[in-house]
Amino acid sequence: MSKFAKKKSGELPAVSTASLPDIVFMLLFFFMTVTVMKNSDVKVENTLPNASEIKKLEKKDRVITIYVGAPTREFQKVFGTESKIQLNDKFADAGEVGDYILMERAKKPQELQNVLTTSLKVDKNANMGLIADIKLELRKVNALKVNYTTYEGDAFNNLK
Amino acid sequence: MFCVLVPQFALLTIPLLGKVMCNLQILIMGRRTKVPSVNAGSMADIAFLLLIFFLVTTTIETDAGLARMLPRKTNEPIQIDYQKKNILQVVLDKEGRLMVDEELINLKDLREKVSQFVDNGGAPSQEENYCAYCKGKADPTSSDNPKKAVIAVNTHRETSYGAYITVQNELVAAYNQLRDREAQIRYKTSYTAMEEAYQKPETSSKEKKALKQKIQHIRLLYPLNILEPQQL
Repeated sequence: MSKFAKKKSGELPAVSTASLPDIVFMLLFFFMTVTVMKNSDVKVENTLPNASEIKKLEKKDRVITIYVGAPTREFQKVFGTESKIQLNDKFADAGEVGDYILMERAKKPQELQNVLTTSLKVDKNANMGLIADIKLELRKVNALKVNYTTYEGDAFNNLK
Repeated sequence: MFCVLVPQFALLTIPLLGKVMCNLQILIMGRRTKVPSVNAGSMADIAFLLLIFFLVTTTIETDAGLARMLPRKTNEPIQIDYQKKNILQVVLDKEGRLMVDEELINLKDLREKVSQFVDNGGAPSQEENYCAYCKGKADPTSSDNPKKAVIAVNTHRETSYGAYITVQNELVAAYNQLRDREAQIRYKTSYTAMEEAYQKPETSSKEKKALKQKIQHIRLLYPLNILEPQQL
């Protein structure tokens, strides 16, 4: 009997953590591939509305983004609580949208300049007045393809 | 032991001694060929650090939404000579109340209302506007043909964007419903499925061509005519 009992030392062997780095690296690579670097700080509240009948946006290099929403708390002292337009990194008036679109369009390669989409990332509490102004500006510079970017979900949640 | 401690230049300056010593060194080295492994215990910490960095600095992009085409800019206001029965007036006021054809309705009923209006097919069968594929009530006071039907969405400046998107979503949903039905009859597949297949990168260009034709045909039967007049 003692032959079998001999090896038991009473302690459980520790779980090997040698593969832990591999697992973490796997996670790291996953996140590196599925996410996109933030290219600009969003300085406005940006809770997008929900919609169910959505279409996927085209490739990222064909999209110009305009953010609209109330300034976040740190900017409220300077810019107030009314909805504002954010172009690149600064707040702007509706009148500057046209120039911004033209500038961004000029930066894109020639073959993409005619297929650009303007993605409007608008906070759901923003007012339609500002959106109408933006749309008018977009029409002036012939940027007619618009995408109201939304989250996927039940559209009736927007009303709450 | 001694050989290890003596610096290299000392071995060079005293050749004889150096020779002896190096033999000694080789002897000692022979026993030490196994290089001690680097401790990899902190690798996990480093990887975690990187992971957290990427989690913080990146976002999973929301890259979907309602696509729309704006009308071209013209100097004069666009004149449309439409009969009143072919226009569905949708007004969304600043409190989020919805009026369709001067009648207060619930947002949940909008989809049904729009699909009824578009699919009405009110023109009599001998007229050129007659809609053979419509399944509506053929009410003569409502729209003649889906191609003629226009939905005018009016908003106030203070209307909330969320409510506006809800309305737009319902409009698209109503149209998709009709288009799906028509695609089901003609091509035994749904319109939304065709659109999805068209956008997939796996689809071959030959299939894409065929799909595009079908999609355009369905779109022609039920064109999305949404008009957004000047705000109230």
